[in-house]
Amino acid sequence: MALMLVKFDLKKRVKLAQTVWFMYWFAVLAGVLVFSMGLFFKIELRKRSELMDNNESHFLPNLLILMGLIACGINAFGGKICYDSLDPTKFVKWKPMLKNFLVFCVVFNTLLFVTALLCFLMRIPLQFTLAEGLRNGMRYYKDTDTPGRCYMKRTLDLMQMEFRCCGNDNYRDWFEIQWVSNRYLDFSAKEVKDRIGSNVDGQYLMDGVPFSCCNPSSPRPCIQFQMTNNSAHYSYDHYTEELNVWKRGCREALLSYYGGMMTTIGALVVLVTMLEFAVTIGLQYVNSSLSTLADPEDPESESEGWILEKTVKETFTDIMDKMKGTGKGGKVEEGGEAAAVVTVS
Amino acid sequence: MPFMPVKFNLQKRVKLAQGLWMLYWFSVIVGILIFSLGIFFKIELRKRSEMMDNNESHLVPNLLILVGLLACGVNGFGGKVCHDSLDPIKFSKWKPMLKTYLLVCCGFNGLLLVTALLCFLMQFAMYLTLAEGLKNSIKFYKDTDTPGRCFMKRTLDTTQIEFRCCGNNNFRDWFEVQWISNRYLDMSNDAVKDHSVQLTRGKYLMDSVPFSCCNPGSPRPCIQHHLTNNSAHYDYDFRMEELNIWNRGCREALFSYFSSVMTCIGALIIITIVLQSVDMAGLKYLSTALETMEEPENPECESEGWLLEKGVKDTFNDLLTKLKSLGKTNQVEEGEEGGA
Repeated sequence: MALMLVKFDLKKRVKLAQTVWFMYWFAVLAGVLVFSMGLFFKIELRKRSELMDNNESHFLPNLLILMGLIACGINAFGGKICYDSLDPTKFVKWKPMLKNFLVFCVVFNTLLFVTALLCFLMRIPLQFTLAEGLRNGMRYYKDTDTPGRCYMKRTLDLMQMEFRCCGNDNYRDWFEIQWVSNRYLDFSAKEVKDRIGSNVDGQYLMDGVPFSCCNPSSPRPCIQFQMTNNSAHYSYDHYTEELNVWKRGCREALLSYYGGMMTTIGALVVLVTMLEFAVTIGLQYVNSSLSTLADPEDPESESEGWILEKTVKETFTDIMDKMKGTGKGGKVEEGGEAAAVVTVS
Repeated sequence: MPFMPVKFNLQKRVKLAQGLWMLYWFSVIVGILIFSLGIFFKIELRKRSEMMDNNESHLVPNLLILVGLLACGVNGFGGKVCHDSLDPIKFSKWKPMLKTYLLVCCGFNGLLLVTALLCFLMQFAMYLTLAEGLKNSIKFYKDTDTPGRCFMKRTLDTTQIEFRCCGNNNFRDWFEVQWISNRYLDMSNDAVKDHSVQLTRGKYLMDSVPFSCCNPGSPRPCIQHHLTNNSAHYDYDFRMEELNIWNRGCREALFSYFSSVMTCIGALIIITIVLQSVDMAGLKYLSTALETMEEPENPECESEGWLLEKGVKDTFNDLLTKLKSLGKTNQVEEGEEGGA
C-alpha cells in the first residue's frame, strides 16, 4: 500500500512537471537568498570583529554560504530534470540517477533544518564574546599610538554613535577606566597629579564620557565632563537628566542587533527548508508517475504517483534489512576468505 | 525611396517581434526604476527640508515619479502590441492606433529630455537653497523650546555626524552665533554677563563648537571649547590640528551628496531616452513589415520594413505642407464666414 497515492493522466502529469519546474526555479532564488544572507552576516561580523577581540566564530555564516551554494546547484539540477521529464527520450538518461538524487535531497533538507536551529542557538556564545570584547575595547580606547590598537578609539566612537549606546552596561563604565591618553595629560599640573595620586593604580579617572556618548536630542549642549557634579553646570541635576547622554549599554545594543539579525535569518532558512521539502516531494511524484506508466509506449496512458512505494513502517523495515544484509554480506565474505586460506595452506 | 528599408521574411519578423517584446519589458523595469528613484529623491529632500528652510523645490522628484509611471504604461502597451503582432487577428485591432501611439512616444521622449535637463540645471537652485537654509539652521540651533524649531538642534547634530561636516562654510561659523540657549546660562554670574555685554547685541559668543563637529578619527579626546586658545589645552596647537573636528563645511557636503544623486538620475534618464528611441524604431519596423506583406493571407510571404516612408527631407516637407494647409483651411473658413 503506497503512501499518499495519486492517480495521474497526461494532463495532470504535464501540469505537475511544470509546477515543480517553476517551484525549482523559485527555490534557486531562495538558495541565492541564503547565500547572500550568509555573506551579509559574515561582513557584519568582520566590521565589528575589533569589538569582539577578533575572537568571533565565523562557523555559522560560512555554513550559510555553503548551504546556499549547494541549494542553488541541487535546485537547478532538479529543475533541469523536471524540464526534461515531459520528453521520454531525455528523461531516460536521468532515470538511474533519480533515486540517489532524492536521497541526497532528503539529507540536504535535514542539514538545512540543523542550520536554522543553529541560527537560533548561536546567540548565546555571541553574548559572551561581545561582553568580553567590549570590556577590552574600552580599556584600549586611549591607546591610539599602539600598533594594532590605533583604530580602537574610532571604532568605539563610531559604534556608540551608530547604535546610540554608551559604555558596556551604561555610561558609568567610562568613569572606571582612564580613557585619556597620557600623551595629552600635563603631569606638571597640580590637578592631574592629585587625580593620579588619589587612585590606587595611578590612573587618571574622571566622571566624564567621550563625545560619542552624547545624545543629539538633548535640548541643551552636551555635558560630557564633571557629570556627577551638579554645581559645575547651571540648572543641572544628574539624577533627573535623561536626555544628555545615551542611557543604553553597548553590549545590550549590539546583542539585540545581532540577535535580531540571526532570528530573521533563522526564520528565513526555516521557510527555505519547507520549500525544499515541498519540491523534493514534487520530484518524487514526477518520478513515480513516470515510472508506473500502464503502457510505456503510449504517453497518454494513466499512471500512479506516490511518496513512498510501501508504507512508512515497511520502508523503514526494508532499510534496516538492507543494512543488516550489507553487514552479513561482509561477514560471509570474511568466512569465505578464512575457509579459502585454510584450504590453501 | 523609403528611409533605411530592410527586407523581412517570416522568421525575421518573428525574431523581431520577440526581441522587441523583451526590450519593451526591460523598458518597463527601467520605468519602475525611475519611479522608485523619484520617490527616493523626494524622501531625501523631505528628510532634510528643515535645513533648506522648508523651501526646497519638489519639481524634479515629482516629475520623475510622473515620468516613471508614464514609461511603465507606454512600454507595457508597446509590449502588448508586440506580443499580439504575430497573430493577424489580434494585430488588426491595434493597427489603427499605432500611428498615434508612435506620436505619443515621440512626445514622451521630449518630456524625458526636459527631465534630464532639469536634473542637471536644478543643482544651482539647490546650492542657493542650501546656503540660505543652513545659515538659518545654525541661528536656530539653540531654540529647542520654540515651537516649530525644537528639533533643529537634533537635525543639525545628526547631519553634522552623518555628513562629517561642521558649520556652513567651516567650523568658524559656530563662533559667530550664540548656540547655547539662555536657559542654560547663569545670567546672575558676573563672568557670563560680562561676556555677553562686551559683544554686540548681548549675544553669548565663544570659540567653541557643538559635539557633533568632533572627528572620531582624532587620536586625542575631542577638544570642543576654547578652540583658538592654545594654552587652554596641553600640547595643542590649533593651527596644526587637523583631525580634531571636521574641516569640511556642511553646505559643500550636502551639495555634493545631492548633486551626485541628481547627476546619476540624469544619466539614467539619458539612457532611458536612447532605449525608448530604439523601441520606437523597432516598432516602426515591425508595423511596416506587417503592413507591406505581398499576400496578406499567406503568413510566410516576404515583406519590407522601413523607418520613414519617404526620405527625411521629403517627410519634413510633407509635415510643413500639412501644417500650412491646416492654417489655410482656417483662413478659408474665416473668409467664408466673413463673406456670409
